[in-house]
Amino acid sequence: MNFDLNKKTLREVNQNLQNVDRKKNTRKFEILNPQGQHAICAGLKDDIEVTIKGHTGYYCAGMNQKATVTVHGNVGTGVAENMMSGKIVVKGNASQSAGATGHGGALIIEGDASSRCGISMKGIDIIVKGSVGHMSAFMAQKGNLVVMGDADADLGDSIYEAKIFVKGKVKSLGADCIEKKMDQKNIDELGKLFKKLNISEDPKKFKRYGSSRNLYNFKIDNVGAY
Amino acid sequence: MKKDLKEFKTFPNSTIKEIQRAANEGIYQIRGLGAKRKVPDFDDLVFLGASMSRYPLEGYRETCNTSVVLGDRFAKKPIKLDIPITIAGMSFGALGANAKEALGRGASEMGTSTTTGDGGMTQEERGSSKYLVYQLLPSRYGMNPDDLRKADAIEVVVGQGAKPGGGGMLLGQKINKRVAGMRTLPEGIDQRSACRHPDWTGPDDLEIKIQELREITNWEKPIYIKVGAARPYYDTTLAVKAGADVVVLDGMQGGTAATQDVFIEHVGIPTLGALREAVDALKELNMHRKVQLIVSGGIRTGADVAKAMAMGADAVSIGSAAMMALNCNADLYVEDYKKLGTEPGYCHHCHTGRCPVGVATQDPKLEKRLNPIEAGKRIKNYLTTLTLELQTLARANGKSDVRNLEPEDLAALTVEAAAMARVPLAGTDWVPGKK
Repeated sequence: MNFDLNKKTLREVNQNLQNVDRKKNTRKFEILNPQGQHAICAGLKDDIEVTIKGHTGYYCAGMNQKATVTVHGNVGTGVAENMMSGKIVVKGNASQSAGATGHGGALIIEGDASSRCGISMKGIDIIVKGSVGHMSAFMAQKGNLVVMGDADADLGDSIYEAKIFVKGKVKSLGADCIEKKMDQKNIDELGKLFKKLNISEDPKKFKRYGSSRNLYNFKIDNVGAY
Repeated sequence: MKKDLKEFKTFPNSTIKEIQRAANEGIYQIRGLGAKRKVPDFDDLVFLGASMSRYPLEGYRETCNTSVVLGDRFAKKPIKLDIPITIAGMSFGALGANAKEALGRGASEMGTSTTTGDGGMTQEERGSSKYLVYQLLPSRYGMNPDDLRKADAIEVVVGQGAKPGGGGMLLGQKINKRVAGMRTLPEGIDQRSACRHPDWTGPDDLEIKIQELREITNWEKPIYIKVGAARPYYDTTLAVKAGADVVVLDGMQGGTAATQDVFIEHVGIPTLGALREAVDALKELNMHRKVQLIVSGGIRTGADVAKAMAMGADAVSIGSAAMMALNCNADLYVEDYKKLGTEPGYCHHCHTGRCPVGVATQDPKLEKRLNPIEAGKRIKNYLTTLTLELQTLARANGKSDVRNLEPEDLAALTVEAAAMARVPLAGTDWVPGKK
């Protein structure tokens, strides 16, 4: 089933996708002519598959639950923000704050992601096949940020319990973020994630980063680190 | 004090003690609640009342409407409150579950709303609240679309009067298993929330963010934007531009669960001056009464409510005062206040989690000191009192609807208040700064 955003309003399209009639058995949808509109596929809550043919604006698939959304183009700020479950695939590049505060599900960006990718993430798995911008995984709480390219400055600043895996170079680490040993358990976990998401990568090629947990409780001796 | 001893005006004893404390400890003070310094406030205004040229209403006979509709600019389902006094956002985490439940119970009985906080929505709170406003904060702790849809309104929190420009803070002693779980954080850490939203940076972005929230909730929920009183004229203008249904303006007297004392006392402007600027902005945009204005920060009495409404607010919100109605700073369990180094009437130790009266705590033993049903009745009684006082003052000024109160009904007792509220100094027609 197709929705042409040249012919239908965003509200009509989202309303249709948010209220799929289970009896009709239609599970696959295509959105044509997105033309950078914002909040396309925001608030989906059923296990449907949506393919967007073109570029989207801010908050594409925001707060997604269960749905699989594939964007054949680039996405604006906050793709899959606060996502709860499901899968979002971006065939192009993503602007800043991709996967921000996401609680669950998977976000796969086949190109690059801009700054603050995975900011405040809370359980989502984010795979970036290209590189990520500065301050990625800022205050990241839980989940995995996997970067196959490079990471710009201040990666993982003020990170909590999220895990970061980077194959390329890391320009610099942010406050309280350190490189951690990539032991067999971590290799197995990352390999499992790749397998689940059908990604062909060797987990052994990645370095792992996470919190040193020195700043979890305020100590005056650490004041210089903030 | 002995007659021959002269205290330093620049270095009074309290300042000397603070310098010496800082010299010993090397760290700023963190505390809860709001500013303790004296600032111009609603006490500096009086109502003129009716006389020869104004016709009063009978106090106990003629009706005086108190209901208000919030959020009818864009939302399909605006909220109709029976009274224009709402309960401000306070987090589960900062407050215990019993306190949140009590606020919900009292507010619901009075037909008004309560508000979540930094930490998400609890079942107790949703279950006990007839109207629940769900806050979207920078941290997004516990934020999920199911709760968003369960809410009656959504409040995008940009800032807070106690600390405009600062994020939330909840020290480790209050991060127990349940609070940590709701916030996806390790237990016992000092939680410092972000001060900026993670996925928008300015009013243009916020407009798009609001569009997303409306799309997710079928354009049903009123969207509030809450700002701390920093630059209220511009902030209100930008909130309207961003598509707010309601602007919530929190003055510097507003409380917090925990932040630096220097922040509480030295950042932001008093509610009195902030309110005037916000109303000016709405009137210049021809949006006054179309985008509703809720004001908070130091509202204590029905007189405060009436004065805020006379200056142009559509409703008020109470936080610290509601906590006090729950028993915050009550003369109970005095020994436990002493253990904190304080006394009833002076306590601001919300940050410690050792609240003697069981309001701002996660300690199960302390929390038992607050019965949510009895405390809910106190909230109801307090809200009833505020409403009766509000109606009394409105009738005395000849108003059959509390929203008909107007600046013309007011006079100022000080030059500062006259300048801030832009009403004449009592006994004169002089409004400082007005040509």
